[in-house]
Amino acid sequence: MAKIKGAVVVDEERCKGCNLCVVACPCGVLALQPKEVNDKGYHYAYMKNPDDCIGCASCGYVCPDGCLSVYKEKQ
Amino acid sequence: MNDIVKPENLVYSKPRLMNDNPMHYCPGCSHGVVHKLIAEVIDEMGMEENTIGIAPVGCAVFAYNYIDIDWEEAAHGRAPAIATAIKRLNPDKMVFTYQGDGDLAAIGTAETIHACNRGENIVIVFINNAIYGMTGGQMAPTTLEGMVTATCPYGRNVELYGYPLKISDLVVKLDGACYVTRQSVETAAAVKKAKKALRHAFENSMAKKGTSLVEFVSTCVSGWKMSPENANKWLQENMFAKYPLGDLKNV
Repeated sequence: MAKIKGAVVVDEERCKGCNLCVVACPCGVLALQPKEVNDKGYHYAYMKNPDDCIGCASCGYVCPDGCLSVYKEKQ
Repeated sequence: MNDIVKPENLVYSKPRLMNDNPMHYCPGCSHGVVHKLIAEVIDEMGMEENTIGIAPVGCAVFAYNYIDIDWEEAAHGRAPAIATAIKRLNPDKMVFTYQGDGDLAAIGTAETIHACNRGENIVIVFINNAIYGMTGGQMAPTTLEGMVTATCPYGRNVELYGYPLKISDLVVKLDGACYVTRQSVETAAAVKKAKKALRHAFENSMAKKGTSLVEFVSTCVSGWKMSPENANKWLQENMFAKYPLGDLKNV
């Protein structure tokens, strides 16, 4: 069976660290930066477990600020 | 990861019509998701150059900064009246209003009811978060029974303040309204469903079928004083009981 791999690119300056993408992710890929902040002082989202991403884009749909781009590839 | 990030593998990104202005909404606010849906639907319908939105008074007062279409700003609650004029003078344009519950269900009740009763060919997008978000979380007509706000700190008491206003259910009774639906955007599945409803509403307005009202049961993170995650949970547990989702009228 072909394996589906995904990747999420976060617009770090646009992210407000609301955590909704982290909650929406079914595979536990995303997390908020524990220490790093962007220019506005928000702990932005990042891919904590990039290998688990399946590119379902659930995070993108629920992101209120449109800061996530989701990519998907069959390998 | 870098070999996956290629333009041909892109499955989701910020809608094309949404610009790069940072949004003034609080982190986790439902407004952003609804803005994205509107931008996507207008883009998919190819109506970028033919859409006029009416921005309300409330948190979404700056909606015109975020979606690259034509906008008009209305006085508090008067968006359906302005939309009526714009649609009648430009019947080929797709006209919609974007209003919160303080705007649509309180000061603008008369405009809403009469625009829907006349069957104006517009779409009304109604964001119901049961509170006045922008002014600091005061009680709105849509506030739930027992819900704590800045102006009813002991919870909404129906003896004093009356019952929550389900204005979409009122609009259902009006002959001019062709489509009334209640949606939410708290999960990816709900977002997809809401987008279909929004598309149907916009198509109705261009098919001259009458007024379409799309209510979004939303959160107000700051007004409710919760984290975005807890606000979504509270929404599912409390708001849906009073404001059940689904199509209320579809002619």
